Amino acid sequence: MTNLAAAAQTPSDTASVNERTKIKVRDLDFYYNGFHALKGINMDIPEKKVTAIIGPSGCGKSTLLRIFNRIYAMYPKLEAQGEVVLDGENVLDKSYSMNRLRSKVGMVFQKPVPFPMTIFENVAYGIRHHEKLKRKAMEARVEEALRGAALWDEVKDKLGQSALGLSGGQQQRLCIARGIALKPEVLLLDEPTSALDPIATGRIEQLVEELKKEYTIVMVTHNMQQAARVSDYTAFMYLGELVEFGVTEKIFTKPDKKQTEDYITGRFG
Amino acid sequence: MHSKDHIIKSYDQELDRLTGEIARMGELSVTQLEAAIDVVERRDERAALRVVENDDAIDAMETEISHDVVRLLALRAPMARDLREVFAALRIAADIERIGDYGANVAKRAIPLSMVAPITHARSLRRLSELAAVAVRKVLAAYREGDAEAAYQVWEDDVKLDEAYTGLFRELLTYMMEDPRSITPCTHLLFMAKNIERIGDHATNIAENVWFLVKGEALEATRKKGDETSGPELEEGI
Repeated sequence: MTNLAAAAQTPSDTASVNERTKIKVRDLDFYYNGFHALKGINMDIPEKKVTAIIGPSGCGKSTLLRIFNRIYAMYPKLEAQGEVVLDGENVLDKSYSMNRLRSKVGMVFQKPVPFPMTIFENVAYGIRHHEKLKRKAMEARVEEALRGAALWDEVKDKLGQSALGLSGGQQQRLCIARGIALKPEVLLLDEPTSALDPIATGRIEQLVEELKKEYTIVMVTHNMQQAARVSDYTAFMYLGELVEFGVTEKIFTKPDKKQTEDYITGRFG
Repeated sequence: MHSKDHIIKSYDQELDRLTGEIARMGELSVTQLEAAIDVVERRDERAALRVVENDDAIDAMETEISHDVVRLLALRAPMARDLREVFAALRIAADIERIGDYGANVAKRAIPLSMVAPITHARSLRRLSELAAVAVRKVLAAYREGDAEAAYQVWEDDVKLDEAYTGLFRELLTYMMEDPRSITPCTHLLFMAKNIERIGDHATNIAENVWFLVKGEALEATRKKGDETSGPELEEGI
């Protein structure tokens, strides 16, 4: 495989000129436990667009996503080289405070993990951690977040009930509400619908479409149809390298690289 | 013609089946054209009717292909080359179906033509139909082989068919002016010639689809127009 580290991959020629890059990944290499998990990644993620990252298991897509908000601390003996520049600042820099990063970059995981507390507290918890708000203001913020996550109408009469009583799809939207309650700029979604049924999945996808008006969204998914449906740009990764990054329509109709074509057409051995 | 080895083997089989159907349908349409020209020359009314009836088989194959395409789209959600393969199959089947119709039309006109005194000009149709048959066979081969360049050649060569048609048109016009009794048979021949010329146009459509299938982009060059007997858009429905 060609090492593509040489040239930064901007999502191709058809990208609109007005697009601003939100996250610049430069010569990113990542090792954990001696394993070279990411190899020379260069990538410009456009602002207020949905970028999907696809690729077979173990290709490094989740690792890359986790580096964007430095949750990679979970990896043993890790080492990151290169830069992840968010609005002009390298978030891998030790001087970039974790608190600040987490308030700018929210993350939603594969399995919804609501805290064992009320629906209201699930959303308010994170906000309290970052800001001191009066009760009225807090209620307004929680409502805004729940509305933003398209959950308000379903839970407004039971905000005091345990979040664990919600359905899987509702729990995932609650996690998204929790994420956007901190008013982040970037939302990372790590296979957000893999544990959900098609209807709940549809709701999340519709939500992603609305959320991109305000947030830059990066989504890792195993479901190629989902990447095709909801993303503006798609990145294909394989064995720790970024093989191809382009406008979603092009990736799914006429990719430039044979490896991409083989993967999306189901020919990968 | 598609590259094999999908992880799911039955997907390969379904795509193979689709390309096989297109190949058979295409071959049948050329055979129909050749049979139609034969009956014109032999003035065989019964054989002409058989050719007309055989067109049903081509129509049935098109229905079958449409059905397979819808199933593939719904159940396999094809992407990239696979998607173009399925999309091209649908469009190519529609072109072949039209080619079949034109062949049947030629056979239909052979019936009234066989009822009037024989005229020698009927032979000039053969050259035209041979050009058309070659174009269809070549483009079908290009489809089977996934050969965009060969398809492009067919696309370019259509100008020869157009020129042959224009020549025949002028020739027939001259006969009609010389001898008004030849107007009826010559008019039939003119319509037949037009039908055959249209077959060439459908061969170029197929060529464009083969190009798209292989290259993933439209064949954009503007084709030289050799048919000068009518302005564009006038030939539909003849």
